[in-house]
Amino acid sequence: MRPFMERVRSGPVLIGDGAMGSFLMEHGLKPGDCPEAFNLSRPEVLRDVASRYFEAGAEIVQTNTFGGSALKLEAYGVDDNTERINRAAALAVREVVGHRAYVSGSCGPCGRVLEPYGDAALDDVRESFQRQMNALVEAGVDVLCIETMTDLNEAKLALEAARSVSTDVPIMATMTFDATPRGFYTIMGVDVPSAAEGLRDAGADVVGSNCGNGIERMVAIAREFRACTDGPMIIQSNAGLPELIDGRVTYNETPGFMAEHARELLELGVEVIGGCCGTTPEHTRALKRALRASPS
Amino acid sequence: MEILPRIADELQRGEDEEVRSLTESALEQSLEAATILEEALIAGMQVVGDRFRVHEIFLPEVLLAARAMNAGLAVLEPHLGKADVPSRGKIVIGTVQGDLHDIGKNLVGIMLSGAGFEVIDLGKDVSPEKFVNTARETGANVIGMSALLTTTMPTMRKVVELLKAEGLDGSVRTLVGGAPVTEEYAREIGADGYGFDAASAVERVKALME
Repeated sequence: MRPFMERVRSGPVLIGDGAMGSFLMEHGLKPGDCPEAFNLSRPEVLRDVASRYFEAGAEIVQTNTFGGSALKLEAYGVDDNTERINRAAALAVREVVGHRAYVSGSCGPCGRVLEPYGDAALDDVRESFQRQMNALVEAGVDVLCIETMTDLNEAKLALEAARSVSTDVPIMATMTFDATPRGFYTIMGVDVPSAAEGLRDAGADVVGSNCGNGIERMVAIAREFRACTDGPMIIQSNAGLPELIDGRVTYNETPGFMAEHARELLELGVEVIGGCCGTTPEHTRALKRALRASPS
Repeated sequence: MEILPRIADELQRGEDEEVRSLTESALEQSLEAATILEEALIAGMQVVGDRFRVHEIFLPEVLLAARAMNAGLAVLEPHLGKADVPSRGKIVIGTVQGDLHDIGKNLVGIMLSGAGFEVIDLGKDVSPEKFVNTARETGANVIGMSALLTTTMPTMRKVVELLKAEGLDGSVRTLVGGAPVTEEYAREIGADGYGFDAASAVERVKALME
């Protein structure tokens, strides 16, 4: 397997995996449980999820560490286990995919509002990410993925933390935008040009967007990113917005619908394309089929 | 500029020190504390809420404005007799049991306080019993519930049912919100209202109080 960034640059498009939470719930994750606690108690579930995405064609498989920063784990009272939780997640994915797919260490927001707007001290946030990322890097992830960010300052602290634990681990960084009447903005008021420039300047190797409102809007967001950068991009879309049907939460974008629209991402030269909330191994399979029709 | 619009203006810009000292000056000019509250602080927050709703400003500006409002409120509080506080009503808010996401709920609290409501914030991971008991004990008019996780939304229904079981569904109204929550869901579980975002939550509470 070639080094991650070399593979990103040479193409063809890399296919990322999809949602994790739905699998955990299937395996008994209860409301209010810490999703990352599974990493220590039920590693077999992580291996199952990883193998289903890998078999569906994912070339990047994420660790179950979205909420694995020390600050986020503190909300569940398990921050003492930050290192073990992150390490276990990385090892579980590696055990399944070996070096046939890239292991991506997922790093989501700390869940607090940063100073000066909120009460989370910048040093604490940086240290919280450092503990998580150090464990992920030591466990051998191929790339870190800082994702679902809405505050550019938090994203920059995460990038700083990543660079402080490793000078050479590749870093992807994505933000989540809302469609407003005035264009795409995060809830903290970051627009796409500011995100593209800010993330790149803070050291991200691959920039883009994840989560959000479905593939069609993600294409529009990707177009805005592409206007700001010639560098590598990543887009990981939700399967639409959650809807409640007969008391069950469902996402309405089918694998076929998502894959069809994802072709537009390919035309924009997006290097990494995967799924987020509501996507399944079937989405991964459809993306792979649609985007890699020509032999790679 | 007159002092009340100036306070409102500084509040909108998030200048807490300015709001604090101008509020003190306003009191020294013998303006009524209730007038300052209504025409400067609440008026200023109203503009902030309106601009947030149309995405002219974002969360950071709202949080700074809220801090400025609190700076002004702290000056006014000793001067606000119980009688002249324009109590628009009392509302109990919280993030439902099993859910630890409170940024949205906090924002709703800020907006409601800014609109002159008395807000009792139960924090996150709040059980149905706690919502209902607190509402009964404090004589609250409305319970506002927030959920970010699709898995915790069903707790909202439990609160609605518990109110009904205790015969409080006439006197305590319910309002729900949060990213996965929809108008349809609110209707389905029998909640009295749904707030799409923090700014519209204020409008909905006002409507429920009428």
